[in-house]
Amino acid sequence: MATAQATPVRPARSGTGRGPLAALRERPAAGKLLLLALAAAVLVPLVHGRWGGGAWPDALTADLSGPLGSVTDWIVSNRDSHPLFLYFFGHISNAVVLSVRGVYLVLLALGWAGVTVLAAAVAWRVAGIRLALTAAASFLACGLLGMWVPTMQTLALMVVAVLASVVLGLLLGLAAGLSDRVFRILRPVLDTMQVLPAFAYLLPVVLVFGIGVPGAVLATVVYAAPPMARLTALGLRGADGGVMEAVTSLGATGRQRLLTARLPLARKELLLGLNQTIMMALSMAVIASVIGAGGLGDRVYQALSAVDVGAALAAGIPIVLLAVVLDRTTEAAGRRIGAEPTGPALLRGWRGWGLAALVTAAVALVGRLTDGRVWPDDVTVAIAGPVNTAKDWMVDHLYTGVPVVGGTADLASHFTSGVLNPLRSGLTSLPWWSVLLVVAALAWTIGTWRTAATAVLAMAAIGVLGVWEPSMDTLSQVIAAVAVTLVLGFSIAIGAARSARLEKLLRPVLDVFQTMPQFVYLIPVVALFGVGRAPAAAAAVVYALPAVVRITTQGLRGVDPAAMEGARSLGATPGQQLRQVQLPLARPSLLLAVNQAVVLVLAVVIIGGLVGSGALGYDVVFGLAQGDLATGLVAGAAIVCLGLMLDRVTQPTARRQRQES
Amino acid sequence: MNRSRTRPLVALASATALLTTAGCGAADMTKQASPFAAPAGVKTVTLSVQSWVGAQANVAVAEQLLKEKLGYRVDLVQTDEVPAWDALSQGRVDAILEDWGHPDQEKLYVDEKKTIVRGGDLGVTGHIGWYVPKYFADQHPDVTDWKNLNKYADQLKTAESGGKGQLMDGSPSYVTNDVALVKNLDLDYKVVFAGSEAAQITQIQQFAKEKKPFLSYWYQPQWLFNEVPMVEVKLPEYTEECAAKDPKDIDCAYPTTPLQKFLNADFVERGGDAADFLKKFHWSEQHQNEVSEMIASQRLTPEEAAKRWIERHPEVWRKWLPQE
Repeated sequence: MATAQATPVRPARSGTGRGPLAALRERPAAGKLLLLALAAAVLVPLVHGRWGGGAWPDALTADLSGPLGSVTDWIVSNRDSHPLFLYFFGHISNAVVLSVRGVYLVLLALGWAGVTVLAAAVAWRVAGIRLALTAAASFLACGLLGMWVPTMQTLALMVVAVLASVVLGLLLGLAAGLSDRVFRILRPVLDTMQVLPAFAYLLPVVLVFGIGVPGAVLATVVYAAPPMARLTALGLRGADGGVMEAVTSLGATGRQRLLTARLPLARKELLLGLNQTIMMALSMAVIASVIGAGGLGDRVYQALSAVDVGAALAAGIPIVLLAVVLDRTTEAAGRRIGAEPTGPALLRGWRGWGLAALVTAAVALVGRLTDGRVWPDDVTVAIAGPVNTAKDWMVDHLYTGVPVVGGTADLASHFTSGVLNPLRSGLTSLPWWSVLLVVAALAWTIGTWRTAATAVLAMAAIGVLGVWEPSMDTLSQVIAAVAVTLVLGFSIAIGAARSARLEKLLRPVLDVFQTMPQFVYLIPVVALFGVGRAPAAAAAVVYALPAVVRITTQGLRGVDPAAMEGARSLGATPGQQLRQVQLPLARPSLLLAVNQAVVLVLAVVIIGGLVGSGALGYDVVFGLAQGDLATGLVAGAAIVCLGLMLDRVTQPTARRQRQES
Repeated sequence: MNRSRTRPLVALASATALLTTAGCGAADMTKQASPFAAPAGVKTVTLSVQSWVGAQANVAVAEQLLKEKLGYRVDLVQTDEVPAWDALSQGRVDAILEDWGHPDQEKLYVDEKKTIVRGGDLGVTGHIGWYVPKYFADQHPDVTDWKNLNKYADQLKTAESGGKGQLMDGSPSYVTNDVALVKNLDLDYKVVFAGSEAAQITQIQQFAKEKKPFLSYWYQPQWLFNEVPMVEVKLPEYTEECAAKDPKDIDCAYPTTPLQKFLNADFVERGGDAADFLKKFHWSEQHQNEVSEMIASQRLTPEEAAKRWIERHPEVWRKWLPQE
């Protein structure tokens, strides 16, 4: 906020004619840039003389393919004999298989009626009657789509993965919440884990655990535990000092203080953590189908390989429904905490839960007796056919020859040759040290020297790994897709911020785009845009757009009404209001939107390897497909570095806000 | 190591020991079935499905027959080829029905570790090559020889291939020497990887709809030939010596491969009827294509396609069942 208000004042101040040093002090960004320029002036000639410009110098790379290859060989030949596998990984893997199987069998035993009633009852208890109806309807829809068994498989996997993530996250969060040292060590680790595109670390997991459920669950836990840990730590650290003092003065022991005061006070953060963990686990459950997780993700993935958008959608819809039900339920539970209990006394507290359990048991029993355990095959709605017809129609009419704008194929080819190609050749022809300089300058102007150092080191690591060129290729795709996302997202958000009706209409659309597994988009985008980098960019835009629209709309709406009123009374036109009041005041939100766009786009551009986006994404896919740890892991590491760099470069005060939102 | 450090270690060790004695000793992660397999406790078979439709056709027919005639429950796992070998050796899947030749894996798992055994010919012969659409070859008959390809590079370029012609490759998991071939044969082409077969098929269909020329890595048998007729481009003849070269130096065509089945070694021993059945599974390209096309073009579910084929050809599959 402070920077935003300072903006209009600046020209006046710098014009007062004080010394240059004072001016610099008032403009820290300029000072930083000057310092950087000085350093560059000294270092660049040295570096340039020694290693030259252009791509990253070979002398500064480390070839990891040898050692990584031997690691692969070692794992393959020792997997069924070495104690590390027999007594450690083996038991983990066993435990995962047993627990997933246990949950799955329980779900099957409950039958479709039992599961539906159970879901509705839980939603009713924690979130109210409306969500109970939504939950029931959603589960019935999964059955109607003919996806009952895969839905239960995904659910079983989710239950185990979420439980494990929550336990792990709680433990990490507790440690970080109670000890400053752990907090300091853990924070960068969690930051990094959140920036990681999930696709990048499937390969090492597969190598150790093989394809199938254990690896999938573990990959999911790695991906989904950080938000729980982060929010737990946040909640514990934020406990009201006054309350804590009061508890201490009453003579409570450390453990009592934790259990009776700190944890209960952090309930809201804990629930938010749970909510985030569930959403991330669900998105990972789909990606993990690439390594044989089974369930709905597998159906989507199989449909993808048969170029069958309809079937992919039929499996994608249950995922969206699960996501919506789980998200809304946990969100409502969080909102309800501390609220007065409502409804008749008979249904409050434990009695309500007992009633819910009783009804569920009764329905499950009836289902069993009437042999209604598995969803009846003949009560399904086949949507695949109509969806495919609709898609074919769309493709037929949009691919070429649309008047004025040209067909999607032309659009894609213009985008590729007009935007992606020049951007890529520009980035790859930039001298490597200048890329580092630009990164440093960007990161330092918006952040601290620490963020700048992280960003530069991450970028340098990419060079050292020997994948400078593909990384620049991927970077060019990310930049192009982010630009499109921001243009579209900001324009939609400006509209939505003005009209409550538009925002309301948009909400379900955004929900669907955000939770629909990215694999579902991949085939329609190929049909529309051909093979290459353009369809990958299109899929990335679709995926990242909702977050940008949401954050921006919220930011624009949150602008102080008094400031708006003031502008209006001064006779500002709506356009002026937007440019001179709303946008500057919403700057933190806009920056956060940029940051989110970057992170989300990167995640999809990688999956774009499946539709011909090449570069790092292709290398990861290749590594997975060929079991080639050297290629896959190096590309994965480069993606992580790229993500880290992009996150740091676009993330000023955003970190704190993301935790709160 | 001080005392406080050792204590958790001792605890961990004793916990492991407890688990070991309580459980089944060492947990062999190579012997774990999918948690979703056989909830009712019946006989099961797990088959690996590869991403191309021909492989889906094999699996769909085998699945139906195993279910209907032999009373098995069948689980399917979709993976890429190399991970599938890995899974087969670990016992995560019981059989691969269509393998296009993975000499490294064969040597490691079949000859050395003996965790996988050969299951014989599938009956289908596979061939990989470079193809152009028939409408293009009809106009320019000489495009079907690699020596003339450079003449056409200009017509075959796309936004993705830059100034060169585009040679479209498919999934990174497929066997391919195309990058080496383009280089060693001095072709003015760029290999563009579609990244998945799905993307490649979609792109070919789009090209065909507009009658645009294209050059693509493709293979037979494949149902798409019925929809988009294609002609093979002649590459330098395949020889054993050429195939034995370093992958970077290969400069000849792909071999013609009788496709193979592979089974998990334990499964062959204990698999009973199912293992017998899968070993005997043997059909022709025509039969496979019949099923593939029902799946891919007519958009039947693999299950429905397999059912129809089974109804029409009892004489073929009857021989695969155990003699009563």
